[in-house]
Amino acid sequence: MILPVLLTAVMLAGALAAAVFREPVSAVIALGLVSLIAAVLFYLLQAPDVAMAEAAIGTGLTTAIFLIAIRRTEGGG
Amino acid sequence: MNFLYDYTYYLGAFGLVFIGLYVILTRKNLIRVIIGLSLLETGVNLFLVSLGYVRGGTAPIFSGSGTEAAGMVDPIPQALVLTSIVIGMAVLALALSLAIRLYRHAGTIDLAKIRGQRW
Amino acid sequence: MRKIALLVPLAVIAAGALAVLAEIPFGDRKGEVGEYYLREGRDQTGAVNIITSVVVGYRGFDTLGEVTILFTAAVGVGAVLKFAKKSGKDTGYRPSSLILRTGCRLLFPLIILVGAYIFLHGHLTPGGGFPGGAVMASAWLLVYLGCRERRISARAAGAVESASGAAFVLAGLAGLVGGGYFLANFLPCGVAGTLFSAGIIPVIYVLIGFKVGAELAGIIDNLLLESG
Repeated sequence: MILPVLLTAVMLAGALAAAVFREPVSAVIALGLVSLIAAVLFYLLQAPDVAMAEAAIGTGLTTAIFLIAIRRTEGGG
Repeated sequence: MNFLYDYTYYLGAFGLVFIGLYVILTRKNLIRVIIGLSLLETGVNLFLVSLGYVRGGTAPIFSGSGTEAAGMVDPIPQALVLTSIVIGMAVLALALSLAIRLYRHAGTIDLAKIRGQRW
Repeated sequence: MRKIALLVPLAVIAAGALAVLAEIPFGDRKGEVGEYYLREGRDQTGAVNIITSVVVGYRGFDTLGEVTILFTAAVGVGAVLKFAKKSGKDTGYRPSSLILRTGCRLLFPLIILVGAYIFLHGHLTPGGGFPGGAVMASAWLLVYLGCRERRISARAAGAVESASGAAFVLAGLAGLVGGGYFLANFLPCGVAGTLFSAGIIPVIYVLIGFKVGAELAGIIDNLLLESG
């Protein structure tokens, strides 16, 4: 019963970290954390398909393409 | 306190949506704006899936002999969100490739410097 | 100052949204269409996973539209980043150590196998074409990050993607001929719960899995190896 409240609090803290951090790389890692906890929340809502898709795409591929784009734009002007 | 327990998922999803909106509206670095876009999409997907939840329900898959159709959650929002996640990632890739192209063309991705430029 | 002035309209919108959210009950039954799909889904389509029967069976035309959106985004990435492919090779990287190369070579076929398992059993277990294709693209990402010797040739990825998309439309047209309407389920349904059941649904999911995997791998190839 306490588990969704705890996970939602950590997810909102991660989203605030992604909004506030100055380095783009740190903000992208916080975005990966938000996706991971969203995948766990999808599983708690009895949606295993959606949890699998969010875990494979949100934490793996999205973080990778963000880091590739940050390197190509030299970390931002 | 009961309100908090019942509506945790709604509050979490809308918190993500508003944080994403705030990041899109107030950041000058283009990569930060795209991070805000990704937060917005995750929040909307979470809200859609939490609309279909039924208290005490199970996942909509018939396995074994114990599951019956009356005790399952709504399958339609999950089917919509499944494709929406993949499409969101493809749109993020397109936005990042446009940011790379802009960096090649203008030398910077700071939006405050770019807005005043002419052709 | 602008940031503070922006928080006021956002707070008003948030208050309005919370007032609406209090009206939506959490955890009650809301839709009747979902209950119809749950009751009749197993008999009408033969798939045990009801989400698969909704995505490919009842709402198959929407899935065709979404596959088109994916294709357009992948074409867009390739078109925007193709302006200066001088050599096509990413310069300035060190060759990886022996442990990393061997580990990547060992893990690559295993991850492809897991992705293929996920989309082959899409009508029996959770998963389906979209997560299975994403796992296959993750295997290619591992190769790009670890080994760098093997890269997916752009023509092979494009050929797989186009062939899968065309085969999906051809399967729909075959349903038009065999069943009477586009994307009809004309193959025999079989016993629900076995691998060869649910008519045309596993065939379509295999095609979607290959298409999504080739597309995401092509996107990563375009982003990573455009010369700079």
